[in-house]
Amino acid sequence: MNRRDFLKFAGVLAFGVAAHQTVNIISQSRAKEEKKSTKTWAMAVSFSACARREGCKDCIDICHLIHNVPEFDNPKDGLRWIWQSPYEVVFSDQTNLFNKGMLKNLSVLCLCNHCDNPPCVKVCPTKATWKREDGIVMMDYHRCIGCRYCMAACPYGARSFNWRDPRPFLKKINTDYPNRIKGIVEKCSFCEERLSQGLIPACVDTCPEKALIFGDLNDPESDISRALRARFSIQRRPYLGTGPRVFYIF
Amino acid sequence: MLKIIAGLVCFLIILFSPVGYNIITGRTYYVPMLKVPQGDCVESTVYMRKRHMEVLERWRNAYVRDGIKRYISINGIYRIGLTGTCLKCHSNKAEFCDRCHDYGGIKPKCWDCHHIPEVKAEK
Repeated sequence: MNRRDFLKFAGVLAFGVAAHQTVNIISQSRAKEEKKSTKTWAMAVSFSACARREGCKDCIDICHLIHNVPEFDNPKDGLRWIWQSPYEVVFSDQTNLFNKGMLKNLSVLCLCNHCDNPPCVKVCPTKATWKREDGIVMMDYHRCIGCRYCMAACPYGARSFNWRDPRPFLKKINTDYPNRIKGIVEKCSFCEERLSQGLIPACVDTCPEKALIFGDLNDPESDISRALRARFSIQRRPYLGTGPRVFYIF
Repeated sequence: MLKIIAGLVCFLIILFSPVGYNIITGRTYYVPMLKVPQGDCVESTVYMRKRHMEVLERWRNAYVRDGIKRYISINGIYRIGLTGTCLKCHSNKAEFCDRCHDYGGIKPKCWDCHHIPEVKAEK
């Protein structure tokens, strides 16, 4: 083989490899598109319905019971998947003073917003948290190393850290759901273990005032789609670009 | 010369003392035996004996990361779950899991988070 033939051969070979890679990449991106889930879960919280029953904590109690979230005496150790906070704190960016007057003593129910563009996922160094195709921002507690980057990244305070071993503080244990250990972060999972069985999240299920609406945003006839079409809703800090999927309606 | 031989003998005695200890206590050929529950496991017993840890790891990743909640094997369809599925038949962790793990000096961390169902008294 002379030099000219060798160069020709090398050129053809390089083209072949490049073409193969290109075809591979294109076919992979197609396969990904096909795998897309058809669901996008979201929730709406009604201020007025939630406020109707004063001091009601049914959703918080049931969530923390079935997910083995303990209660600590010291609030600094506290863990929360779903919690209540004053309106002025949750919607501190709402500058309308008249609203602040009207909603002064209102407790707002908060939980993980399962963002469309979750900042916690971006910063997680171990991929212990990631966004599922159905929109749920999921946690793999097996992989969490407790670096707490996600807690710093989350603008909603939806994540809490296990400063202590939670097991001794559990008053009642639900053996169907694991607890966590000291040194990892935890948060609401939109009850994905219930969704996989065809059930709705426990907080939505248990609410006596039906203040929580849950469903699939991709289905125009779902409860959540109808509610969001028909009623005025706000989100927590939408200008941050996180795309929260927990909506607040009046 | 005599000193060297005596030293060697002492050395050999110390070297083989663990073997001697096992012979005296009758544990030379001790292998933990497990009570296998009736019925089929998710895979064959031989496979599970050798590869249960790989099955559990696959289950873990499938359940948590891929959202696959069922396991289909030749023996049937199972709900993926350690406490809910494995320990339903292997209900006594101390007699099943721990016996071999203790023998092999293995300390799996499953039970820090996953719950052990209460052992029911055998009838």
